[in-house]
Amino acid sequence: MPDMLRLASHDGALLGAQPTPADAALAVRGMTVSYGQKPALFSVDATFPSGVMSAIIGPNGAGKSTFLKAALGLIPMVSGEVRFFGLPLAQARSRIAYVPQRASVDWDFPTTVIDVVLMGRYRRLGLLRRVGRADLALAQEALARVGMEGFAHRQIGQLSGGQQQRVFLARALAQQGDLYLLDEPFAGVDAATEAAIIEVLKALKAAGKTVIAVHHDLSTVADYFDHVFLVNVRAMAQGPVASAFTTAALSQTYGGRLGAGQLDQLHPAKG
Amino acid sequence: MGASFVQFSLTPMLIGVLAAIACALPGNFLILRRQALIGDAISHVVLPGIVVAFLVTGTVATMPMLMGAGAAALVAVVLIEAIRRLGRIEPGAAMGVVFTALFAGGVLLLEQSDTSRVHLDVDHALMGNLETLIWLRASGWDSVIDPVALSHLPPELPRIAGVAALMAVLTVIFWRPLKLASFDEGFARAMGLPVSAIGLGLVIAAAVAAVAAFDAVGSIIVIAMFICPPATARLMTDRLTTQVWLSVAIAALAAILGYVLAGYGPIWLGFDSAVSAAGMIATVAGLMLGMACLWGGARGRVGVAPGA
Amino acid sequence: MVGFLDAITLQAGYNAALVTVGATLLGFAAGMAGTFLFLRKRALVSDAMAHATLPGIALAFLVMVAFGGDGRNLAGLLLGAAASALVGLALVDWIVRRTRLAEDAAIGAVLSVFFGFGVVLLTVIQSLERGRQAGLEDVLLGATAGMLMQDALLIAVGGAVVVALIVLLRRPMTLVAFDPGHAAALGVPVGRVDMAMMGLVMAITVIGLSLVGLILIIALLIIPPVTARFWTDRVAPMLLIAGAVGGAAGYMGAALSASIPDLPTGPMIVLIAAGLFTVSLLFAPRRGVLAAILARRRFQARVHWRQGLLSLARAEPIHDPLTLRILRAAGAIRPDGVATDKGRALAAKSLRDERRWEIARAIHQDTALTGRYDGLTPIEDVFTPDQIADLDTRIGPPQPVGGM
Repeated sequence: MPDMLRLASHDGALLGAQPTPADAALAVRGMTVSYGQKPALFSVDATFPSGVMSAIIGPNGAGKSTFLKAALGLIPMVSGEVRFFGLPLAQARSRIAYVPQRASVDWDFPTTVIDVVLMGRYRRLGLLRRVGRADLALAQEALARVGMEGFAHRQIGQLSGGQQQRVFLARALAQQGDLYLLDEPFAGVDAATEAAIIEVLKALKAAGKTVIAVHHDLSTVADYFDHVFLVNVRAMAQGPVASAFTTAALSQTYGGRLGAGQLDQLHPAKG
Repeated sequence: MGASFVQFSLTPMLIGVLAAIACALPGNFLILRRQALIGDAISHVVLPGIVVAFLVTGTVATMPMLMGAGAAALVAVVLIEAIRRLGRIEPGAAMGVVFTALFAGGVLLLEQSDTSRVHLDVDHALMGNLETLIWLRASGWDSVIDPVALSHLPPELPRIAGVAALMAVLTVIFWRPLKLASFDEGFARAMGLPVSAIGLGLVIAAAVAAVAAFDAVGSIIVIAMFICPPATARLMTDRLTTQVWLSVAIAALAAILGYVLAGYGPIWLGFDSAVSAAGMIATVAGLMLGMACLWGGARGRVGVAPGA
Repeated sequence: MVGFLDAITLQAGYNAALVTVGATLLGFAAGMAGTFLFLRKRALVSDAMAHATLPGIALAFLVMVAFGGDGRNLAGLLLGAAASALVGLALVDWIVRRTRLAEDAAIGAVLSVFFGFGVVLLTVIQSLERGRQAGLEDVLLGATAGMLMQDALLIAVGGAVVVALIVLLRRPMTLVAFDPGHAAALGVPVGRVDMAMMGLVMAITVIGLSLVGLILIIALLIIPPVTARFWTDRVAPMLLIAGAVGGAAGYMGAALSASIPDLPTGPMIVLIAAGLFTVSLLFAPRRGVLAAILARRRFQARVHWRQGLLSLARAEPIHDPLTLRILRAAGAIRPDGVATDKGRALAAKSLRDERRWEIARAIHQDTALTGRYDGLTPIEDVFTPDQIADLDTRIGPPQPVGGM
């Protein structure tokens, strides 16, 4: 075996991406995922620098959420390699905080807001350790950061969509990770919630944390994020917003789904 | 409430209560995970399990029977899971295929084998023999501290007590993983919890409870207790901890009330013989659920709140 | 002992022939009605309904005895069974509508409680009918051995009526099962069709009681549709296949049980259906397990093949063992990992296709075409040779790929 080096970076070469820096918060090589016989993602290479806010962008069905889930090991890959901070997933779990799609859970579940937030502490609490004063304080603080401090003992089914999303974010904050992975955090939430969430995420970045979010509102990309990854089954473009979020890259990613007028309104960096 | 109560009613009642609790505990999580009918499937495959155990060992001893039932439950669970995944069939239909096919196999074997020698019949599997689990050696309340009398307790009692205790311990130990994996599977997986193993473990625990309880009280109570007390409790509270405690209390109450009504109800009505205690316990559990459906404090569905 | 050949050609006596015909019709009807249930994801409602018949049977027995009858009149018992199955079904619906409980919990609650109450009533019957078998096991497991002629006739006629009703109602029921919203838009009374469907299922449950018993009738409603699902993706063929599976199981099971002693009818029918299911699960051409495993492996090989060729083309090192194995097996690389001439040619082609896609995506804004840029679809499948030639003129002449 002459070349047992790193797995080849196929599309990366095509798109001119840099080789993986070991300190990237998330680096994916050759990720292929399929539902049945059709690839949902094909040979995707992607690198997300640490300490910044990155968006995963693409049309519906492009595999944005699939990318996040496969990276987290929630769905199997046909091929590919994933590194968090240069480590395999198993060794990096304690540094990862995750916000799943709001619609993925049963909000009729018999539990309260504070209980859900405390779930973020389960990894540290283990099976039997009692919820300590510190954990409780942390959970309360996480709720306060998302503006939900008055809702601790509310049944989760009584929350609005935006409130549910805030609770999920609070749970991720309680995980105290270095990397925050968010799956469509702004889907179906009110403007106030969106503003509150983005404020929290920006504070995380200011504290040196990394944020990666699946995002679908092209008009806010430039305001919210530093780095973008455009995907539509294949990796289409990636890099700093200023250089990668271009009209050309968007029309490549979205094909005919964005009209020229729409593209103009987005004010992306000139390509 | 004297010697005859201790002799004839105390042990069946205790066994009924413990069996109900052993089933209700895992039942809480089965209901939340939309797997309520796994208990139904398990209790139907108990029959082929004991028939095969009899054919293999040639005895009607309890241990081989229990092992056979347990093995059948495991086989059923594995088959259901395999059909669901490999055949991409919805869980309800996969369950229906497996338990009816295994049950048919059990009936066929039963008819083919010479069962006239054994007390192995469908009635027993369905209804158990709660009324016969009496404590003849007891002479009154003193007997509960009399080692000689205690050594003659019906063996079902320590067995079901052990299983009920096991269920309680498992519920406490795995409370957090069970709760998290049931509420938010994706988050649980991302956190590194072995979600599939937790799900399988829950079903196996349910199978252990079902087999132990079926031995003492028959499979009707098993299905009813997996579902009715937790469902009743769910309609009364929005807190999981409260729900589990309530379900235990409701299960115990249904067992006691059902046993008493089965034993004394007909006499109060002027008949001279008792009716099936197992059936009556299931009926009482159903009536309690009916009341909760009508008046339970948390009966309404909230569902996913609309986006604000 | 009656020969199997006699039984299978309906020559084994009038009763046996009637039972065989009835079982065939019942299996056919159950397969079709079960298909509608399965498509509406309510397969286990039949479980609740079947168990819920028990108290009705017991009550009917008590009522008939109270009025001085024999108590074992089949028609009377089945009427009682139908009535309590209906109450059970209504309760399942009520619980799901009125409370937060999901359908599985409602089904489980109804089936266990009704069954439990039925057992209570049966013990009442046993205490009344001292020394006389009320026939609990017959109801639970079905029995055709000592069946009276009129009972066999009831099964045969009942089966025929149900089949006729299904044939009559198949169009609206297919529409509703396939897409209730669309059916409503077409003016189909969805609620009433649903009710008719449940009514048919109930009729089958009740008729099946005397033949296969209340637990195994569930199998006849569930197994044939699940079996049929492996063979087709469309509703109409699925109905027919499910009916055929159920009918074949009923026919074979009844004939076998008539010809071999101690072979109970119900379990035989169910086991034959289960056998057909197992064969389908494993060997069905597209949805079967074997086919799925092969397709999965082929797919994985294609993915690794494409990735490997692209890596070769870009002269990147490959370390994935599966990729290396596939490239080696196809003669694209030598055993020591160096690309062969053939491998270089294929690699150049795949790289060129990537370039073609890139250009095509830039000029064609049609997602229907460019949306198939998934790494595996050959560009020749999407664009015409003329279009590809046009793309090539924009790329420039082919460039050779260097060795590794």
